Amino acid sequence: MSETSQTRARRIADAGAPTLEATAGQTIGPFYAFGLQYPKMHEVVFPHTPGSIVLGGTVFDGDGAPIPDSCVEIWGADSDGTISRGRGSRRRDDHTFTGFGRAFTTDEGRYEFWTRNPGPIDGKAPFFAAVVFARGLPNKLHTRIYLPDDEDLLAADPFLSSLSPEERKTLIATRTADGGLHHDIHLQGELETVFITF
Amino acid sequence: MTENKATAAAPESLLASADMPSQREINAEMAEIHAAADAREAAGEHVPATLYDFAPYRSSILRHPTKNPRLVDPETIELWSPAYGQRDVALIESDLTLQHTGEPLGERITVTGRVLDGWGRPVRNQLVEIWQANAAGRYIHQRDQHPAPLDPNFTGAGRTVTNDNGEYFFTTIKPGPYPWKNHVNAWRPAHIHFSLFGSAFTQRIITQMYFPGDPLFALDPIYQTIRNQKDRDRLISDYDHDLTVPEFSMGYRWDIVVDGPDATWFEQEGDH
Repeated sequence: MSETSQTRARRIADAGAPTLEATAGQTIGPFYAFGLQYPKMHEVVFPHTPGSIVLGGTVFDGDGAPIPDSCVEIWGADSDGTISRGRGSRRRDDHTFTGFGRAFTTDEGRYEFWTRNPGPIDGKAPFFAAVVFARGLPNKLHTRIYLPDDEDLLAADPFLSSLSPEERKTLIATRTADGGLHHDIHLQGELETVFITF
Repeated sequence: MTENKATAAAPESLLASADMPSQREINAEMAEIHAAADAREAAGEHVPATLYDFAPYRSSILRHPTKNPRLVDPETIELWSPAYGQRDVALIESDLTLQHTGEPLGERITVTGRVLDGWGRPVRNQLVEIWQANAAGRYIHQRDQHPAPLDPNFTGAGRTVTNDNGEYFFTTIKPGPYPWKNHVNAWRPAHIHFSLFGSAFTQRIITQMYFPGDPLFALDPIYQTIRNQKDRDRLISDYDHDLTVPEFSMGYRWDIVVDGPDATWFEQEGDH
C-alpha cells in the first residue's frame, strides 16, 4: 500500500469542500436477497482456518424483536493491521483476505461472519467498520464494532471516551468462550446502538 | 430493560402495516413531516437528506434510531473501500436480458451513468449491484405475493464494475410499478435498486433509481423519505435519445455522487 491512512486523510483534507451534491440513500427494501446474495459472502476468511473466528449477533428493533430482513456488512483490517487491497470480495478464492463481508439476518434476526481479529492500525483501538441496511430502515447506518481485548487502547480512543458508559458498551463486542465475538445491534430502544456519521 | 423476544415474526407477516391508512392520510402525514424538517433546518439544525424517522413508511416506526448519529472523523479502515475488479464479476452479468434461454417480456432499456465523488472525480473499479421487479411489477423473491406474472426469462438482478471513467452500463427491462401493503392502494413508482461502493467505506450507498414523469412520486412514502425536491429529483434518470438504440432499446442516463469524504471532518479534531 503506497499510501498510509494518515497521508490519505491529509490528501482528502487538502481537496477542500466537495462541489457536487451527494445522491441520497434509500431503503434496501424487502426483496434485496436475490440482488445482493452471492456464495460465501459472509466468509471473509475460509472457515476454521488458523486465526479464523465467528463474529455474530442479532439485529433488534425498538420492541426488542429480532429483525429477520436486514443486511450487515463489515470491513476490517487483517490481524497485522494491514488494510487489504486484495480483489475478490464478491468471488471468493478461499485464501485471499479481502476484509469485506456481507451477511443477511436469519429468520431469528442473526447475522454471522467468519473473519479474523483486526489488528490495530496507527496504534489505535481496532474495530470493524460496519454498515446496516434493513427493510423499514430509510437509509444505511454506519457503526463500529470494537474488539474488547485491549483495554488500554479502548481507554485511549477519543470517540469511545466521548460516550457515556452505556453508549460505549453498544460499540464493543463480547469475546465468547471459543474465541469468537458476539455483538448485537439495536436499531432502536433502550439499548440503541450508537450510529455514526462522517 | 427491553426483553428480547425469543423468535422473530414470520417475515411475510411483517409486510402489511397494522393500521392500513388511506392514501389521503399518508399524504397529510408526509406533508407535516416535511414541513417540520424544513422548520428544523431553518432553525439552523443539520437535517439529513433522507429522514430516518418517517412514520408514513410504516415499517420504519420501530426500525429507526431515535438518537442523532454521532459525527466522527473517519479513520484508518473507514478511509478505504474493499478493492473490486473485473475478477469479481463477468461482463455478461450486466445484461439482465441474457440470463435465461428466452427473451424477457417488456420494454428493453439500457441504463448507464457515472459514479463520481463530491469533487466530480470518477469512482473507478467499484462494484455496482442492481435488482428490480419485472415488467409486470413482480419480484422473483419468494416473499413477493403480488399476483402479477413471473417471467421465466427474467430474474432481475445484475452487477458490474465501473470502468476508468467511473462509468457503468446495464441492459435490462423497464420495471413495472409495484403494489405493497403500507397503506390502502399503495403503489411504488417503477424503480431499480442500486448498491454501490465508493473510494472510502463512508461512501457506501444503497439507493433507488426512478424513471421520469412517474405519477406515483408524490404518493410514495419511500421516495418521500427524501425531504427535498432537489434531492428527490436527483434519483430520477434522464431519458437520453442518444442512448436509445434503433429497433432495440430505450436509453436512460443516471449519475450517482457518493457522499464525502468531506474536508470539514478533519478540521474538528478534538471538537467532539
